[in-house]
Amino acid sequence: MKQANRYHPLQIVLHGLMAVLMIATFAFGKYVHSLPLSPAKFQLMSYHKWAGMTVLALVLVRILLRLAKGAPALPGSMSPAARLVAHAGHLLLYVLMVAIPLSGWLMSSAYGIPVVMFGLWQLPDLIAANPELAPQLGQLHGLLNTVLLLAVLGHVAAALKHHFIDKDGLLSRMSLRG
Amino acid sequence: MKKALLLPLAALLAAPAFAQPVDLTKSQLAFTLKQMGVPMSGSFKKFAANVDFNPAQPEAGKADITIDTGSIALPTGEASAEARKKEWFNAAQFPQARFVSSSIKALGNNRYQVAGKLTLKGISRDVSAPFTATAQGKTLTVDGTLPVSRLAFKIGEGSWSDTGTVADNVDLKFRLVLVNP
Repeated sequence: MKQANRYHPLQIVLHGLMAVLMIATFAFGKYVHSLPLSPAKFQLMSYHKWAGMTVLALVLVRILLRLAKGAPALPGSMSPAARLVAHAGHLLLYVLMVAIPLSGWLMSSAYGIPVVMFGLWQLPDLIAANPELAPQLGQLHGLLNTVLLLAVLGHVAAALKHHFIDKDGLLSRMSLRG
Repeated sequence: MKKALLLPLAALLAAPAFAQPVDLTKSQLAFTLKQMGVPMSGSFKKFAANVDFNPAQPEAGKADITIDTGSIALPTGEASAEARKKEWFNAAQFPQARFVSSSIKALGNNRYQVAGKLTLKGISRDVSAPFTATAQGKTLTVDGTLPVSRLAFKIGEGSWSDTGTVADNVDLKFRLVLVNP
């Protein structure tokens, strides 16, 4: 029973891995964006793009796993409203994990600066170069990241509430231990 | 008023005999470079071309192209502004770049090789580029690529001289649409 109330180990590993990668990519992106143009900026921006594309690849694996393995049941003590908020929150996080790297990729294509993974593999351009659209996609990329920041803060706050206030053992769903 | 109009006209008539009209709206001076292995292209929006080229007599052909370095356009406004700075084209001190041909040879199969002097940022070098010439109605389109070492012209000094970020080789792609008289 306890086993069924837990995510698949691969889902748990991906959750942790992506949490670290996304926080790093987010902070790194903010920092690189603030830099004046320099060789370092070119380099770091490439790293940021590689990280973002890695997030996109991992989230696709994660979505497939979620569809195949599902998620463990929520505690019976949760109200219908709380369940709805939990599902909506998770859906929002999935949407953002796809939309944010995609908006970055679109922005790169619009700027005419393709993404070359690890400096080796050039990804196809999603759209043709479009100097008017490019800065707008940049704004969208920033806006989506602000939404992500709020969504993640909400996600962490909810987890802490379940652990310390509700004490319903919800966090064990995402833990490899115990 | 009339005199003011006549003066440039006189200057036009006095222009070198080899002048052949170039349709600048259809002509392009673009370039591609690689940064972090990422291809990036740009172009020079303003240039003047004084060209005479007849595929039947390629050896008699001549080209004199003057480029407004401040008209450089890169994918982002930030990059375009950077490219005009001292480390790059230093457009304030060297507002013009120039290419003057010294010889044009036929390579056969509608291909030609032009050699000449390229002056960039006050540095002159002998360069050579292959090109093709395609006749279409009353126009003759010349298309070619000139590989340039940016460091040979001190384009990208200081920290920018690191070729690990911005590669040394830049391909200058020229398309000149000549209008046959």
